Amino acid sequence: MADGIQVFDLNAWFGSRQVLKNIGIHAPANGVTALIGPSGCGKSTFVRCLNRMHEVVPGARSTGQVLLNGEDLYGPGVDPVMVRRRIGMVFQKPNPFPTMSVFDNVAAGVRLGGVRNKDTLYEVVERALRQAALWDEVKDELHKSGSSPSGGQQQRLCIARAVAVQPEVLLMDEPCSALDPIATAKIEELILDLKKDLTIIIVTHNMQQAARVSEWTGFFLMGELIEFGVTRDLFTAPREKKTEDYITGRFG
Amino acid sequence: MTPLKRRAIVNRLMNFLAGTAALLVLLPLVLVLGFLVYQGGSSLNLEFFTHMPKPVGEAGGGMANAIVGTLILIALACCVGLPIGILGGLYLAESRDPRLPWVVRFLADVLNGVPSIVIGIFAYTLVVLPMRRFSALAGGLALGVIMIPIVLRTTEEIVRLVPASLREAGLALGLPNWKVTVRIVLVTARAGIVTGVMVAIARIAGETAPLLFTAFGNRFWHSGLDQPVAALALQVFAYAISPFDDWHRQAWAGALVLISMVFLVSLAARLATRGIQRQTR
Repeated sequence: MADGIQVFDLNAWFGSRQVLKNIGIHAPANGVTALIGPSGCGKSTFVRCLNRMHEVVPGARSTGQVLLNGEDLYGPGVDPVMVRRRIGMVFQKPNPFPTMSVFDNVAAGVRLGGVRNKDTLYEVVERALRQAALWDEVKDELHKSGSSPSGGQQQRLCIARAVAVQPEVLLMDEPCSALDPIATAKIEELILDLKKDLTIIIVTHNMQQAARVSEWTGFFLMGELIEFGVTRDLFTAPREKKTEDYITGRFG
Repeated sequence: MTPLKRRAIVNRLMNFLAGTAALLVLLPLVLVLGFLVYQGGSSLNLEFFTHMPKPVGEAGGGMANAIVGTLILIALACCVGLPIGILGGLYLAESRDPRLPWVVRFLADVLNGVPSIVIGIFAYTLVVLPMRRFSALAGGLALGVIMIPIVLRTTEEIVRLVPASLREAGLALGLPNWKVTVRIVLVTARAGIVTGVMVAIARIAGETAPLLFTAFGNRFWHSGLDQPVAALALQVFAYAISPFDDWHRQAWAGALVLISMVFLVSLAARLATRGIQRQTR
């Protein structure tokens, strides 16, 4: 029985421009899979295909198969809204809801999903904030605006918001690119902690980061998956010349 | 003269001109307010707010019925203007249809430019003629129609300003599109929409022409929404063209009350949105 996320023959377009060509990977459950590659190579589009956010953009479409624990997410009758509830996402720039408090931000997914009970909501928020290692820093400021914490805290707030709905998978699209090294280190620590409960796929520009946090790494170039394999092997003994050139900084 | 010196002089001159222009903006408002206080202030007392108009020749009396009437008309207008304006504005901002939003936007701008008396005739034909009497409903409809394009366009502009990243964050949480729009996008745009609504209310509060043959005016308490109702603007108009000195003074006082109401509404809008904006930052 296959577990985690399996992708077969994924193609994606913006209008008539093809941005992903026949991508296939397997991101095992409770592991961290990193995706690296130069800007514009399709990494972000790829993760957005996994939770069906790609199709939200006007003119965007995709074909192929994405299996979550063996279940086809692009199958007939599959509601993209339900897919997104099972696959959470953290974006490049922290994007907390500015008109909501810290508490309401974390509670948003569950509350707008229909849960009204105050005690339940409080439990959900505390659990999510603890998971995101943010509870001790904000527990006295839950009523403050979601945009009042620092940038690094805001990103962990967004992680808490995403894990509050208890997804099976967490997609992270360059979650540290707007953060300083200290905040980045905290997020990386958090990733290693979170993988006990979920499957994580992280897009990053930072190869050291990929090496530090992931078990599996995929290298994208111009919309193609050049190489996919165990992180240590990919960085120490790449099979492809292009991968070697990229990780040694010879191009890109 | 060195070029540097000349630049400094030009800079000062331009600063002075721009500053003077900014002050000139205030001048009409200050003059109008000052003149109103000078002319109407003396007739303004508690009785003016709590009593009915008195017949000609009797001293005193107030415009309580007109103040309440204006509030009723504003409330009725909001019932018409707010739902259509806000929902329509949301549609314009969110729709991906290439044609319909363009048409709606264009027609809303045309409607915004239609003289208000023409909108009065519209309400007259639509409500007054079939009902065979002037009524608060007709007046409210006329004012509501005037509100629509203002609320529509401000709502659209403000909703467009909500960052796409917030919408994506909502969708990525597994929320259906309509919930993201109502509970996240609309809530984030709340402050700006409130400002737009307040501007629209301030605009209609002083409208006189569309009320002449719809709400009609009433010297007494109104006796139902299907009956003629008094309005401050109408009362001021009627009193100002009358031949009686006493009524003239009352008209000044009425105008002062009207402009104060508009002023307070604008101020309330500013304060309300400032609180939210501070929170947003």
